[in-house]
Amino acid sequence: MSLVNFTSREITCKIVYYGPGRSGKTTNLHYIYGRVPDTRRGKMVSLATQTDRTLFFDFLPLELGTISGFSTRFQLYTVPGQVYYNATRKLVLQGADGVVFVADSQARRLEDNLESLQNLQQNMLEQGIDVRNFPTVFQYNKQDLPPELILSQAELDDALNFRGVKSFGGDALHGSGVFETLKGISEAVLKRLAQNTPAVG
Amino acid sequence: MTDQLNPRFRFDAYIIGTANRLAVTAARAVAESPGSAYNPLFVYGGPGLGKTHLLMAVGHLGRSISPGLTVDYITCDDFVEAFHAAIGAGQGDAYRRRYVDTGILLIDDVQFLTHRREVQAELLRLVDQMTSAGRQIVMSSDRPPAEIEALDERLIQRFAGGLVIDIGAPDFETRVAILRRQAEERKQEIPPGVLEVVATIIDGNVRELIGGLNRLIAWQSVSDTKLDPDTAREVLGGGPAPSAGGTAPAVSASSAPSAPSVESSGPNEFDSFLSDITTTVSAQVEVWRARVGEALLRWEGEGYRTTRLSGLLDQESPRDPMAVINGFEADVLKLRELEAEAVELEPSLAGNPAFRDPDDLKAAGALTERARAGSNPPPGPSPLYRLEEFVEGPSNRIAVRAAHAAVEEPATKYNPLVIVAESGLGKTHLLQAVGNAFAAKEGGLVACLGAQDFTEELIEAIERDRVAVWRARYRRVTALCIDDIHLLQGKDRTQEELFWLFDQLLGQGRQLVFSSAVPVRDLTGLEERLRSRLEGGLVVTLGAPERELRLGVVERALHERLGSSDPELAAYLAGRPAESLRAVLGLVQRLLGAAEAQHVSPSAGLAREVLESPMSGAERKSGATRRSSGIVVTTSGGVKSAEKMVWDWPDLADRLMEDLR
Repeated sequence: MSLVNFTSREITCKIVYYGPGRSGKTTNLHYIYGRVPDTRRGKMVSLATQTDRTLFFDFLPLELGTISGFSTRFQLYTVPGQVYYNATRKLVLQGADGVVFVADSQARRLEDNLESLQNLQQNMLEQGIDVRNFPTVFQYNKQDLPPELILSQAELDDALNFRGVKSFGGDALHGSGVFETLKGISEAVLKRLAQNTPAVG
Repeated sequence: MTDQLNPRFRFDAYIIGTANRLAVTAARAVAESPGSAYNPLFVYGGPGLGKTHLLMAVGHLGRSISPGLTVDYITCDDFVEAFHAAIGAGQGDAYRRRYVDTGILLIDDVQFLTHRREVQAELLRLVDQMTSAGRQIVMSSDRPPAEIEALDERLIQRFAGGLVIDIGAPDFETRVAILRRQAEERKQEIPPGVLEVVATIIDGNVRELIGGLNRLIAWQSVSDTKLDPDTAREVLGGGPAPSAGGTAPAVSASSAPSAPSVESSGPNEFDSFLSDITTTVSAQVEVWRARVGEALLRWEGEGYRTTRLSGLLDQESPRDPMAVINGFEADVLKLRELEAEAVELEPSLAGNPAFRDPDDLKAAGALTERARAGSNPPPGPSPLYRLEEFVEGPSNRIAVRAAHAAVEEPATKYNPLVIVAESGLGKTHLLQAVGNAFAAKEGGLVACLGAQDFTEELIEAIERDRVAVWRARYRRVTALCIDDIHLLQGKDRTQEELFWLFDQLLGQGRQLVFSSAVPVRDLTGLEERLRSRLEGGLVVTLGAPERELRLGVVERALHERLGSSDPELAAYLAGRPAESLRAVLGLVQRLLGAAEAQHVSPSAGLAREVLESPMSGAERKSGATRRSSGIVVTTSGGVKSAEKMVWDWPDLADRLMEDLR
């Protein structure tokens, strides 16, 4: 688990972008990568197939510098969305501090969203994570598509977000909602870290 | 008339600082016991400092303590208006009867009485009426009574007769605490440092302070830029509100919050994200500083030494600040317990500085220990009775063995031990003997007394308002022995006290021993919960003494008195009919008295002569003895000797000691 370490004065957060295949998880990371100054970002590791499908995972380290005397580091991961890579997903999920569930807003992908969400919950349960208070946010991606093709944010909230966590509309390709989502999950994670961390000595 | 109290204006929502502590304490006292603490209570202070809040808090607390209490809140203006309306309608008397049933009357803004002679007279009458009936009146004003222009001198005197107290402007820390509470109530997250800025800029009254906070909240709801201390300063100072793109919305309470722009893009996005994260991180990781600060403020306000906490703040990164706070608070709790105990024993120790230093628990402990040592121990058993000398026979064997067992295994074997026996069968003797056995143990502190004395002590404690001290005395004992528990029948308060004491001592593993002349199940005048507790231990019975026991008692008595025991005499005396041990001892006394009078040594022959030949009426009359309080007195005056007691009243004629000289 990442932590607020009072001795080494470090904060490390691992955030995992989860969701069905082709929902835009890697796109989120690419957009962030493109907006982060060179000095702040590590090398983005992306293992993709020739058709740009994530084969293993993406990894984007972000150095946020020293905040309140704490050297703060974010690690953003994506999981491969395709159903048959579940072992990889489990691996990536290990030690995560927060999850962004990137859902595909297209109406025809609703089943895929649900399946992926169930898979997330199952994987978390297997790792002994209490899904009820684990920092999670939703991003409903591809909200820029024609309205007749997609479900609205409210509809997606109804369908997926039954715990009522924060949710964001997004258009990862053009960057809309990307940083809002990152901000949302970061705040949720940091708050939980401070609550849970008994000031590790 | 406003008779509804604002539900938010309660004591728990009232932030206490040095400037208002006295006023709040007084107000609480008044609400807790209306009409008896300070009456009338007159609170004054500048606008927006919480007078109305305090008044209403008194009303709420008063109501919650005694739900039947009528609380009326009225502003001075309403009071004047209603009075004029009533007079105009010819209903002056009805108006005067209006507050007849009011338990607490709260009058706000009394300063508006200026120059209103007739209303002042009415208020004077009302104050007199309420105070004399023991009903509470609380008033507020923006200035002290003497400064209210043209206020009737008699009213000023009435106010001074109660308590006049002021509320000052809150200090910086209190202001921050008020703002924090407000922000929490509205579920607003204010970045660190911002509230401190508000508290610095607005140093006057609480209303303005909250107004300042409102402006920031409104600004925050319509602005994309996060609040930080500098921004807050500009917003409150009236300067131009800064914004990232120069598109800061105008701040006004009515402006609708605009939806956050989702179209924003460009290199600023990361900076904006970073600044947000910075705020969140600093709020979260520095949370310990805020907590330490809050704890510091709270405990300092309550008068505790807080060097341990302030030491934390001097460190850049203490190892485990929350543990230090928790430890500190645990120590404060210990201090409070020690103080409570010490004050129960010795009220003058209240507020002693030793109970305010969590870094020196030893000093506080020592002070409490001294209080314990200084307080009177409860009455102990009479040293005359010893368990090992208690004569055992078939009729009392179970009881005596049980007593020994209880002493050997205190509080575990038989607890409570209840000795039931009719009068004169030795239950007091056994009880006292058990008490002595416990007292002889190391650290043994035994309370041993009759139920009647127990009640008397309680009554005296109630009279002198020292019930707490009285309780504390008994709570310290290692064994409690109460004789003649049947005498508590119908004495409800004593029973209640005994019940609590019983449970407490039992819980602490202390021994309880009782004696009763009435079988426990027949103690109908005893509360069921107490009676069942008595039955919960071991109930033993002392029967009428059979010959074996009588012989043992006679032998012991003769041995004690004469140094030896004549077997024939002992056998004769033990063979005499006697229903109680007391009667047996009475026989011995009579014999010894006669022997002493005739200057012969006691023998079986003398005993036969004394005990079997009835005395003539003349002899009885010529007897030089007079009875007084059960003690036989010679004609020459003075008590002849302690043993010349009247032993058994029912057979008075038969058993009176005679001095035959």
